[in-house]
Amino acid sequence: MLKEYIDAIKGFAERNLPVINVPVELWYIAWIFIFGGAILGGALLFAGLGAYVERRVAGFLQSRLGPNRVGPQGLLQFMADGIKLVLKEDLIPDAADKLLFRAAPYVLFIGTLGVFAALPFAQNIGITNINIGLLYIMAISSFVVIAIIMAGWASANKWSLYGGMRSAAQIISYEIPIGISFLLVIMITGTMNMHQIIEGQAGGLHRWFVFRYPPFTMIAFLVYYVAAMAEVNRTPFDIPEAESELVGGFHTEYSGMRFAMFYMAEYANMFAVSAIGTILFLGGWQSPLPFNILVPLGTDFISSNQFFIQMLIWLEGFGWFLSKVLWLVFLMMWLRWTLPRYRVDQLMAVCWKVLLPVAFFNMLAVGLWLLL
Amino acid sequence: MNIQEIADKLKGRFGDSVEFVPVATGDSFIMVKRESLIPEARFLHETPELYFDSLMCLTGVDYPDNFTVVYHLFSTRHLHKLVLKVSGAKDSLVQSVSGIWPTANWFERETYDLLGVKFDNHPNLTRILLPDDWTGHPLRKDYQYPKTYQGCPCEI
Amino acid sequence: MQTEEMMINMGPQHPSTHGVLRMILRTDGEVVSEATPNIGYLHRGLEKIGEKLNYHQFMPYTDRIDYLAAMNCNMAYAMAVEKLAAIEVPERAQYIRVIMAEFNRIASHLVFFGTSGLEAGAWTPIVYGFRERETILDLFEMTCGARLTYNYMRIGGVSADLPDGFIRKAEEFLDYFEPKVKEYNNLLTYNRIFINRMVNIGVMRPELAIAYGVTGPNLRGSGVKWDLRKNESYSVYDKFEFEVPVGTGELGTVGDAWNRYRVRMLEIEQSVKIIRQALKQIPQGEVKAKVGRVFKPPAGEVYVRAENPRGELGFYIISDGSANPYRLRIRAPSFNNISVASEIVRNTMIADMVLILGSLDVVLPEIDR
Repeated sequence: MLKEYIDAIKGFAERNLPVINVPVELWYIAWIFIFGGAILGGALLFAGLGAYVERRVAGFLQSRLGPNRVGPQGLLQFMADGIKLVLKEDLIPDAADKLLFRAAPYVLFIGTLGVFAALPFAQNIGITNINIGLLYIMAISSFVVIAIIMAGWASANKWSLYGGMRSAAQIISYEIPIGISFLLVIMITGTMNMHQIIEGQAGGLHRWFVFRYPPFTMIAFLVYYVAAMAEVNRTPFDIPEAESELVGGFHTEYSGMRFAMFYMAEYANMFAVSAIGTILFLGGWQSPLPFNILVPLGTDFISSNQFFIQMLIWLEGFGWFLSKVLWLVFLMMWLRWTLPRYRVDQLMAVCWKVLLPVAFFNMLAVGLWLLL
Repeated sequence: MNIQEIADKLKGRFGDSVEFVPVATGDSFIMVKRESLIPEARFLHETPELYFDSLMCLTGVDYPDNFTVVYHLFSTRHLHKLVLKVSGAKDSLVQSVSGIWPTANWFERETYDLLGVKFDNHPNLTRILLPDDWTGHPLRKDYQYPKTYQGCPCEI
Repeated sequence: MQTEEMMINMGPQHPSTHGVLRMILRTDGEVVSEATPNIGYLHRGLEKIGEKLNYHQFMPYTDRIDYLAAMNCNMAYAMAVEKLAAIEVPERAQYIRVIMAEFNRIASHLVFFGTSGLEAGAWTPIVYGFRERETILDLFEMTCGARLTYNYMRIGGVSADLPDGFIRKAEEFLDYFEPKVKEYNNLLTYNRIFINRMVNIGVMRPELAIAYGVTGPNLRGSGVKWDLRKNESYSVYDKFEFEVPVGTGELGTVGDAWNRYRVRMLEIEQSVKIIRQALKQIPQGEVKAKVGRVFKPPAGEVYVRAENPRGELGFYIISDGSANPYRLRIRAPSFNNISVASEIVRNTMIADMVLILGSLDVVLPEIDR
């Protein structure tokens, strides 16, 4: 996909710009930076806005206001927070393993942002279009565990260590139900390519995987969603950072920008798992209606300009995608401000005694269905 | 059972070591000898018709010539109360009742900490409210306020 | 399997120790094999201060014994001195005291409700609890001008009569508040996760509770029907009808953290009932008996106890006939309640220990005094 973009842009530049004699390799490098920047910026913008929205949602659920002073409706609160955190001193405990302590937030960011590289945001829009997208996501998101253990261990704080160990146990356990939910989709579509998975759900609401093969895929989606909440350490599964028990868990000792990176990674992760759930089960950027809304509307006004129609398709797809993802994110927030937290052994019981058998049974059932 | 009857019962068992002291204002009390405190406490705790299972309060008082340890006892079964006192010279030891009423453990530590009453046979007689390196016992009438603590001035 | 144990320090700065309690934990993985409370960080020497001040002057200090239930502490101290000096308190003042004490009990239990949620990881209950508590504090502010440390009661009565409109506002609040308790029960008490967390942890048998001098809702959570307001009725509590809720093992076992929690939630409803009756029956009249500014009770000694939100608050006052007490001893309920902690948290998980400590509802200034 990247190559197509570059070829298109290169052709455009050679046709329109006067002095172009740049070797193609430089174009590649330039584009990597531009895409990387876009993803980083987009993810961070979402993280900032996500934190703001979360606080407003919390305020709404708790009959109070939430941040409403910086900018219109407090919309710029995340900027203020960001500035504050950047200006704060970056404290590193004396007894800490300095190298690991410093590196942990970056490793975490690799795991978090790496996922975004394989996400299709709209039709043919995405950074890459690799044929093992799902496998790649499974693999790269495991970086998060390493980062959290690094942070917990390197802090030289017993509470952080507890947080790191709990997190490792939790994330590794919950990868399994997630993996099985993924398998279900792969069984149905026969591909690990994210774009093709979405193409397989075209044609309206009833074609989405969540509603196909009822009720098994619906259950699979719920298993995925619950396990994903555990993956991103959200209440009721937030035991790695359980405030009332472990102070702050693995990020107790972090301050300033490094703490902000953990914080932003949490929201970026929320977005990522919600996006994966949307792509696999809720039809990604597909409209719930069997036809496009914007395209006929648009062509009425402007004569059929191919470029313009393509833009409309992209815009609509992106809109659907975003609205589904944000709904899932909002659901996570809603649950967080309502439910108490599980205990660590209960958390494991939920995974191994409930989610895993259910997921296996589902896979079996769908397998039989497909066979017959 | 009122305090007079309880005192009579104790007297019948332990004789002269028990003294009933009626008080005009407030609660009358029973004064016992230091040596016979433990058997008497055990008797109060274990006799079915007394059954003082609850130690409401334990504290010490610094009188000019002696220390008095005060036990406020209560029975959740019979709903009667008793004030038991034992007094001794300032450096004498009082037997610990923490083996009979576990709650006495902390109460005695507190009394030791703030008043300096030493309890014999206490499992862990250390300071509880004040820091371990504090000198003196503040609730004594002759307590001198420290000028400094660990180099920090205490008076402003 | 032989594993290494770890000593870990919980507090004095820790989000869930309710102030400056320090627990020294010996842990084996997630399991706490031994927990030793270490107290004294808030010791202010109230008993010594009491010896240096006269009887009137000590009243503001009683606010600082239990800052979440200052009215109840005021009341217990006033009752002790009144018994010592045989002062007759006017009936209207008695009613006002009961109203204030019960309002403060509700406020204190609301904070407990909120912190229980927090300790279990639910963030919303504390905001709801504080929202309602705020209205109660408004009522207190109306009456005595303060919102936390009231210094409202006096030896022989209360400092001022109820302001105009108090009774109407109080009744309005109760009408609004009663349905809210059901909402709290839906949100937290009967939440599946919360129940799973709270039942069968920190079980305190009744004998253990009595042996350690545990009182108040903690004792009642263990199934012992013991309430000083009922069993040793003081002030005008005998004129009201109310129940004494005890832990019944409705879920889990009697004496576990959930039953202690439940007892407090039920007590809120009973307090509402008491206040409603008191507001109806309150007579007209004086609110303060004549007590001289130079006040010297006769020589003697009393031990008076009252039912505080946390248990039995006792004042043991020895008077030598002068204007200052010779000895003033405060028997604080939380002191005993926390002393039992190391017994009941043994071999629980860290997460449970936090909940068990929370379910004891200790207040640190009261422990350290």
